[in-house]
Amino acid sequence: MQNDPLVIESGDVSQPFRYAVGSYGSVFLKELKENRRFLGVRCPKCHKVFVPPRRVCGECLVEMTDFVDVGPLGRIGTFTILRYAFIDPETGEQKPVPYGYGFIRLDGADTLFQHYIDIQDESRIRIGARVEPVFADQRKASIRDVLYFRVIDETSDA
Amino acid sequence: MGKRRVAIVGTGQTLHRSHRPDVNGQELIHEAVRLALADAGLTIADIDAVVIGNMDHFEGINAVDCWSVDGTGGTLKPVIKLTTGGTTGSTLAIGGVHLVASGMFDRVLIVGWEKNSESDTTGAITTAFDPVWDRLVFAGAISGLAAEAQAYMARYGATDRDAARVAVRDRRHACNNPHAQLRKPITIEDVLASPMLADPIHLLDVCPRTDGACAVIMACEGVAEKLTPVPDWIWATANRHTYTYLGDVNWGELDSMNEAARELFAKAGIREPRKEIDVIEMYQPYSFAGIIWIEDMGLVERGKGAEYIWSGATDMGGELPINPSGGVIACNPIGATGLIRCAEAALQIMGKAEARQVPDAKVAVSTGFGGCMWTDMLLHGRKKPDF
Ligand SMILES: [Zn+2]
Repeated sequence: MQNDPLVIESGDVSQPFRYAVGSYGSVFLKELKENRRFLGVRCPKCHKVFVPPRRVCGECLVEMTDFVDVGPLGRIGTFTILRYAFIDPETGEQKPVPYGYGFIRLDGADTLFQHYIDIQDESRIRIGARVEPVFADQRKASIRDVLYFRVIDETSDA
Repeated sequence: MGKRRVAIVGTGQTLHRSHRPDVNGQELIHEAVRLALADAGLTIADIDAVVIGNMDHFEGINAVDCWSVDGTGGTLKPVIKLTTGGTTGSTLAIGGVHLVASGMFDRVLIVGWEKNSESDTTGAITTAFDPVWDRLVFAGAISGLAAEAQAYMARYGATDRDAARVAVRDRRHACNNPHAQLRKPITIEDVLASPMLADPIHLLDVCPRTDGACAVIMACEGVAEKLTPVPDWIWATANRHTYTYLGDVNWGELDSMNEAARELFAKAGIREPRKEIDVIEMYQPYSFAGIIWIEDMGLVERGKGAEYIWSGATDMGGELPINPSGGVIACNPIGATGLIRCAEAALQIMGKAEARQVPDAKVAVSTGFGGCMWTDMLLHGRKKPDF
């Protein structure tokens, strides 16, 4: 049997979805949009402050109700600079690379907040560097209301 | 553990390549199943249940449990699907142990497989993460691993040269393994000169994408000894999940492995893992993990991982060889990868690892890792467990 294996293609399929942000996440995004304010939530048992806010502290398995202000300044907890090309499944488009991928510890928070980091000057990007958010002019209650975080002081003293 | 002791009695691996257009998924699965049955001296009629898994959203196929029965031989048998991301293969193994240990089934066929060539893996992996909070910047497995490596380097001062030493080790080991996809040695300079994917990870620091499948057959005590003179007894299993969102991770240390290792070793009475374990097959998707996770596993003190790697202790012939097969850096059919670690550990215990055999291996550890920073672990032994 002559073997010349065939492969078929799916074509450019699209599969849109709809996701609930949840009541706590909705409060967070509305505050971000209307007041450029970041909200976390504190666990009554372990006192950890979570960002994004969520209803239950998974470790203690208790409901949290205590919203607290965090940020808007923070420090880089860890980061990378993405340099390889890939298709963003959210948009179907190739993601523009390189870009700064940061885990920001907003002041007052115990968890890290994932977002872009401005990489105009790569030498300033290090763990512990002080960062500030840069907001979109037109905000829509989305994570994209923050365009990126920008290093304002690269001194590393986290 | 359940009431009954469990052993691996046969394994099978396909020809692993970056592209296998010569077979469809069922045929690829069947390659591994046929080899495992032959290795155990069984026919499909002897199998009581099938456990199968691959990565969600890969290959554009769901419900692989029903779709794959031609390949697995699962027609009119209990077939159970498990899919837990990167840990899928090791979760399959742990699931198999539970099914046999519980007394529900005497002989279980376990199958992990993947045709990475048929999908966009970075896109598919990204859908494993929260759509609202995690997907904006997330870029598949490498982005999270890069964040882990950066945090570790900042804390303990390791370098990309240290990591490259791990990649060199595994690629050299892979030359002894006919099942490895990449069987060409590399140098530290090769790794450092390869393209930077995401700081500090170079192309040669990470695993390839592979088409392949692995099958493992487990049997209960009483059956296992009749099938093979040296069964691979499973002494213990452990698994841990740690977070909800990526920002919750304790970056720089793998908490899930730390906890899983503690439990695994305690269950088997292991106090000095470096002395008591003969070989480890670690699900190590990138070189830095070879330094970081041996610390989390408790093999060496925090910050001492690189020194231990440079000493040659984890090379073939060293104190504790890691990844005699060449590991994930040499071959990565994702849904099969964790099960391959388990199968390779079994081969070591059974004395069937040929050119990659660690002489007289009596105790082995296999692990699984998921991009969600999850860990699975199994402890394998030549001696029958004393519990
Ligand atoms: Zn709590």
